[in-house]
Order: sequence, then C-alpha cells, then structure tokens
Amino acid sequence: MFDNFDFDVIRRSLSYLFIDGMTFTLTLTGLGALGGLVFGTMIALMRLSGYRLLGRIAGLYVDLMRSLPLVLVIFWFYFLVPYIGQWLTGASRPIRVGAFTSSLVTFILFEAAYFSEIMRAGIQSISKGQPAAAQALGLTYSQTMRYIVLPQAFRNMLPVLLTQTIVLFQDTSLVYVLSIPDFLGAASKVAQRDGRLVEMYLFAAIVYFTISCIASYGVRRLQTRIAIVR
Amino acid sequence: MNYNWNWHIFLEPAPNGTGTYLDMLLSGLVLTIETAACAWIIALVTGSFIGVLRTLPSQAASWIGFCYVEFFRNMPLLVQLFLWFFVLPELLPRAAGLWMKQMSNAPFYTAAIGIGLFMSARVAVQLEAGVNSMPRGQKMAATALGLTTLQTYRYVLLPMAYRIVLPPLTSEFLSTIKNTSVAITIGLIELTGQARAMQEFSFQVFEAFTGATVLYLLINIVVVIGMRFVERAVAIPGYISGK
Repeated sequence: MFDNFDFDVIRRSLSYLFIDGMTFTLTLTGLGALGGLVFGTMIALMRLSGYRLLGRIAGLYVDLMRSLPLVLVIFWFYFLVPYIGQWLTGASRPIRVGAFTSSLVTFILFEAAYFSEIMRAGIQSISKGQPAAAQALGLTYSQTMRYIVLPQAFRNMLPVLLTQTIVLFQDTSLVYVLSIPDFLGAASKVAQRDGRLVEMYLFAAIVYFTISCIASYGVRRLQTRIAIVR
Repeated sequence: MNYNWNWHIFLEPAPNGTGTYLDMLLSGLVLTIETAACAWIIALVTGSFIGVLRTLPSQAASWIGFCYVEFFRNMPLLVQLFLWFFVLPELLPRAAGLWMKQMSNAPFYTAAIGIGLFMSARVAVQLEAGVNSMPRGQKMAATALGLTTLQTYRYVLLPMAYRIVLPPLTSEFLSTIKNTSVAITIGLIELTGQARAMQEFSFQVFEAFTGATVLYLLINIVVVIGMRFVERAVAIPGYISGK
C-alpha cells in the first residue's frame, strides 16, 4: 500500500509548509482569538448592559453570525472588507486588502460572536454579591468590570475559551477557499504541483491532529488545576 | 459605497440554462438540505452507538469510544473531507479505488459520510453527557428488575437521555447544515457554492451572498421552530421541560 509513496516530497517542502504555512495559520489563530475575545467581551457587556437597544443589536449580531456557515462569512468579508476600508479611510475607490488582513477581519468578527456567548456565561456565573460589593466600595461601572467581574469571568471560562481557540485553529484551514497559503493551503499547493495528494494530505492531517491533541490535553490538565482552586 | 445594486438580478436568467438566478440558489438550498439530512442520519446513528460505548462499564468499550471521538474531533473538517475524497481511493485496492473515483455523485456521498462521521463524534459526546446526567438509581433499578444491559439502555436510559440532550442536539443539527458548505472544496455545489457561482456569473457579489444569507437564516428558523415542537411533543410531564 505504501509502495509508491514518496515521503521525500514532505521533507523537501518542510520549510515552506512550516515557515510560510504554519506561521500564517498560527498568527491567524492567535490574533483571531485575541481580537475575538476583545470584541466578544464588548458584545457580551452590551447584551448585559441593561439598555434594551444595545442588547438587541448585540443579540442580533450574535444570532446572525451563529446561523451562517463560516465559508459564506469568509466570502462575504473577502468582498466586503475593501468597501469597509474605503468607507473608513474616505478613499474614492474600494481599497486593496491583502489576504491576511481580510481573513483576520473575518475571523475576529466571526469568532467574536462565539466568544461573546462564552464571556456572557462567564460574567453571569459571578455571584451577585461581587458587583454589589464593588458598588458599595464606590467603584464605577467600568472599574467594577475591569477589576472585579471580568478577571474572574475570564479565569472561570479559560478552559472553554481555549477549547474554542482550538476549534478556531482548525477552522482557519477554511481560508483554503480563497486559495490563501495557510498550512493546509501550502500543503495543497505542493500536493498539486508534485502530484502527491496522498502524502501531503496525510501529513497535513497528522500535523493538525497532533497539535490539536496536545492542545486539548493541555486544556484538560488546566481544567483540573483550576477546578481545585474553587 | 460606489457599488451598483441590482436586486432584480434574482429574476434574471442564469447563464447555466437552469432558469433564473433565484432557481440556482434554490437548487443549492435543496442540495444543502439533502446533504445535511443524510449526514445527520449517519451522525445520529454512529454517534449514538459510540456515545453508548463511552458509558459502558467495560474498559475496552470506553477506550474505543475515546479514540473514535479524539480521531474525528482533532482534525479540521476540511482535512477530513480531503482524506475521504483524495486519499482513501488511493489507499484502497485498485478496483475499489477506481470505482470510488468514477462514482457520478462522489462529492455528495463523500460530503454526507464525511460530515456525518465528523458530527457523530460530537453527537457521541452529547449523548454520553445525557446518559451520565441521569441519577445512578435509574440503572440500578433497571438491573434490579432483571433487565439486561441492552434492555436497560433501550427502555430506561436512552429514552430519557435523548430527551435531555435534545436542545444541544438541535444546535449540532444546525452545525451539520452549516458544515455542508465546507463540501464546496470537493466540488459540491450547494447553497454557498451556488451563491459563489452566481457572484462569478453576474458580478452582483453582495446580492448573491445576501440571497444565500437569507436562505440560511430561513433554514435556521425552521429548524429551531420545528425542534421546539418536537421538544414539547416528547416532553415527559414532571421532567425538565414537561408540564
């Protein structure tokens, strides 16, 4: 079965796969998770703010993003981001946006919807006495959130947030539809150039599997360590 | 925004000769639903089996269940579809591989099976949680009544477990529908694919994607409302959502 395999094709393309491809994937994952967390927390705060209109807008955004497939959202933003850029900079024509910026904007805005639900659960899990005590101490709303509620919510939800980041890591492979050379895209380019689909896709699968396995093992260990604290 | 909006585009004939652009999107919608339905059946059947394995007291059974779930959960769906579509036919004996490659509807079958197995790992985890969330007394009472393990699951544990995990299963079903769009990469022209084709033929990017977006939202609403009826219909009085 492995007779006419050419494992050398993997060795030959290692530097392209990891230095170009995996760097793209990991940067996109890291920045996407960070941006998604920031925007997601803002959306969660909007939903819990008590202002009906703000909450409604945030809720609609989350529901919209969560009912669309990521592939469609990637296409949407790929075409929309140049126009958003034009609108923001006041340029006369849609601006040119690189593949990385476009996919980063997509993942931040898409993941914000999922991270916001996690942060909302986290904020709601904080007992009422905490913000009440903060208020009694004379802290303002933003101080209460900044120093009391959000640090605890973030800590409680850390395992879930990290699990979502692993999902994000796997989902970044979908930028393939824009023929962007992320890790899978790079593997696929080599595969098609050298006619070595089997070797390259098997290798890509093993790499994704190994990284996700190690990461989720790490999250499980973290979970047990955090569980003891409370 | 200097973009030429043309909402009448949906009623104009599409160049592929199958009617209007709207017909194109609707045919994509039908394919999305068909693929999702087949994938969901596979996910539910396989996922239930693996989920039960994970709750059995046997070490071997839960080890198999653990490996299965880890295998399907730790690879991106896109990579899994590539494995089924490009790699599997090469690894099989020549005749079988050739048969797979020449199958006329290969993208559809690959998508249904690939997405089905991918989702089955998630279904398994949900069902396992459902079974484990029931008080120990249920299983003990069943054993005390002299039911075999099979009977215990069939008549005592599973009927209740499915009802408990119905809400998370609904969102897994919605994920299945959304995940069918990944099959665009192996050449399945479902709803997202048709929207992309419409965008390429007509250059009306945002109308095409808005059309697909509206259709996806409609499917979601229909599924959510439908599942609410199912939840009410199967609710047991005095339990969870039952009244």
